[in-house]
Amino acid sequence: MEFLTPMGWDEALAMKADRPDALPLAGGTDVMVELNLTAHRPAALLDLTRIPELRTWSTTANEHIRLGAGVTYRQVIDELADQLPGLAMAARTVGSPQIRNRGTVGGNLGAASPAGDSHPPLLAVGAQIEVSSKTRGSRLIPIDEFFTGVKRNALAPDELIAAAVIPTARGPQQFSKIGTRNAMVIAVCSFALALDAHTEVVGTGIGSAAPTPIRADEAERYLTEVLQGLRLWRRRSPLPESVVRRFAELVAEAAAPIDDVRGTAVYRRHALSVLARRTLTWAWDEYWATGQSAA
Amino acid sequence: MRITCTVNGQARELDDVWEGESLLYVLRERMGLPGSKNACEQGECGSCTVYLDGETVCSCLVAAGQADGREIRTVEGLSDGERLHPIQQAFVETGAVQCGFCTPGLLVQIEDLLRRTPDPTDLEIREALAGNLCRCTGYEQILEAVRLAAGRIRSTA
Ligand SMILES: Cc1cc2nc3c(=O)[nH]c(=O)nc-3n(C[C@H](O)[C@H](O)[C@H](O)COP(=O)(O)OP(=O)(O)OC[C@H]3O[C@@H](n4cnc5c(N)ncnc54)[C@H](O)[C@@H]3O)c2cc1C
Ligand code: FES
Ligand code: FES
Repeated sequence: MEFLTPMGWDEALAMKADRPDALPLAGGTDVMVELNLTAHRPAALLDLTRIPELRTWSTTANEHIRLGAGVTYRQVIDELADQLPGLAMAARTVGSPQIRNRGTVGGNLGAASPAGDSHPPLLAVGAQIEVSSKTRGSRLIPIDEFFTGVKRNALAPDELIAAAVIPTARGPQQFSKIGTRNAMVIAVCSFALALDAHTEVVGTGIGSAAPTPIRADEAERYLTEVLQGLRLWRRRSPLPESVVRRFAELVAEAAAPIDDVRGTAVYRRHALSVLARRTLTWAWDEYWATGQSAA
Repeated sequence: MRITCTVNGQARELDDVWEGESLLYVLRERMGLPGSKNACEQGECGSCTVYLDGETVCSCLVAAGQADGREIRTVEGLSDGERLHPIQQAFVETGAVQCGFCTPGLLVQIEDLLRRTPDPTDLEIREALAGNLCRCTGYEQILEAVRLAAGRIRSTA
C-alpha cells in the first residue's frame, strides 16, 4: 500500500488522476476504522491533511460559505455557528470531542452514509458540492444529486471533493437526531429544518430513513404554501396546531426506512414525525417570538 | 516509510513504518510508549487519546503517515518527572482508577478540558468525556477527580 502526501490541491488532483484507485484520507474517522478492523487494503492512501486550501472556509460574494472539504466539525462549531446554525447543531452531535477534532464535512460527504449527520442540514439549505479533477476542472453538484445510493456518491474516480458551498442562514434552523444516548451514536433517524425568512421558503433534510439522505419535498411545499398563504411570515403569530401536525405527517411519509439493528421502519417513521413537529415548533417559536428581522 | 515527529518534546525518527498502521501502534509498539491504550481501534473508547498538534484525537484513527512532521503529546508527557500532574494526583486520591485501562486517555482529555475551561460545570465535564469509556468506576469518582483537580489548578494559577 502506497502512502501519497500531496502538499497542495493541484498536486492532489494530479495524484488522483494518476491513481484513481487511491483512497482519499482526511480525518480518518471512517477510513482508519475500516483499515484497523477489516482485511480490506486500498492500493494507496491519498492523505489530504497537508493541503492548506482544504482546511479553510471563506464567504463568497453572494453570501454563501465555501467550506473546504477538510474543515473539521470542531471548526464548524467554533467558527460558523452564526452563519451555518443547522450544520453547527448537527456537528455538535457527531461522535465525541476527539472525533469532532478530526472528522471533516468532506469526509462525511465522501463516506455518503445515509446516517451522515452533516447531510440533512446541507439538504435543508440546498448546498452545492464542489468537486474537481485534474483534466475537467471543477463542477458544482447540487446536494440533491450528490448521494446516488447507500454509501455512494456522484464523484468520478479521478475527482476529489473540494468544498461545500452553503447559503448562510436567513432565518431559524434546527437539527435533531434520535439515538440511544446523547453522545457517540449513529442516528436512528435525524431531521434538519431551515426557514428562509427572506424568500419565505422552507427546507428539510432527513437522515437514516432511506437509502440516501433525502429531502421531504411534499412537506416543504406544503409548509411553504401555508406560511405564505396565511401570511404568517408577516404576522409573526404562532403556527396552527393542524399545520404542524400535517407537516409532521408529510415528513414521515417522505421517508423510506428499513428495519435494522438500530430501529424498525415503523419506529423510524414515528420518530421522524416527532422530530419534524419539534424542530418546526422550536424554529417557528424562535422566528415569531424573537421577531427576527426578515432582511 | 520513514516517520519523523516530536513526541513529548523529543524528536523521534523511525524507519520501516507501514503507512497504514495507526499512530497508536507506532507509539506503543515502535516507540515503547505503552501509556496510550488499545481497547477498540475504532474511535469508540478514547483510551488511546493523545494530542496531535495541540488537539486531542484518537491515536488509533491517525495513520502513521499523517503523524509525520507533527507534534504529539501522550500521557507519558503529563507528569513533571516523578511529580504527578494535578489531574493524576486527583485520580489517585478520589479512587478514579480501578483497572486503569481508561485512565491514560481520560487524563489527556481532562487536561485539554481544563486548559480551555478551568471551572467546568458537570455538564461540560460529561460532554468533554463523552468519548472516554470506563467499564469500572461508574464515572462518579472521575467527575470528582476533575472537580478536585480543577480547583487545585485554579488556585495555583
Ligand atoms: C467513534 C465514531 C463516532 C462517529 N460518530 C458519527 C456521528 O455521530 N455522525 C456522523 O455523521 N458520523 C460519525 N462518525 C463517522 C465519521 O466520523 C464521519 O463520517 C466523518 O465526517 C468522516 O470524516 P473524516 O475526515 O474522518 O473522513 P475519512 O475517514 O478520512 O474519509 C471518509 C470517506 O471520505 C472520503 N474522502 C475524504 N475526504 C475526501 C475528499 N476531499 N474528496 C473525496 N473523498 C474524500 C474517504 O476516501 C473515505 O471514503 C463516527 C465515527 C467514529 C469512529
Ligand atoms: S483504541 Fe482508540 S478509541 Fe478505542
Ligand atoms: S478504571 Fe477500568 S475502565 Fe476505567
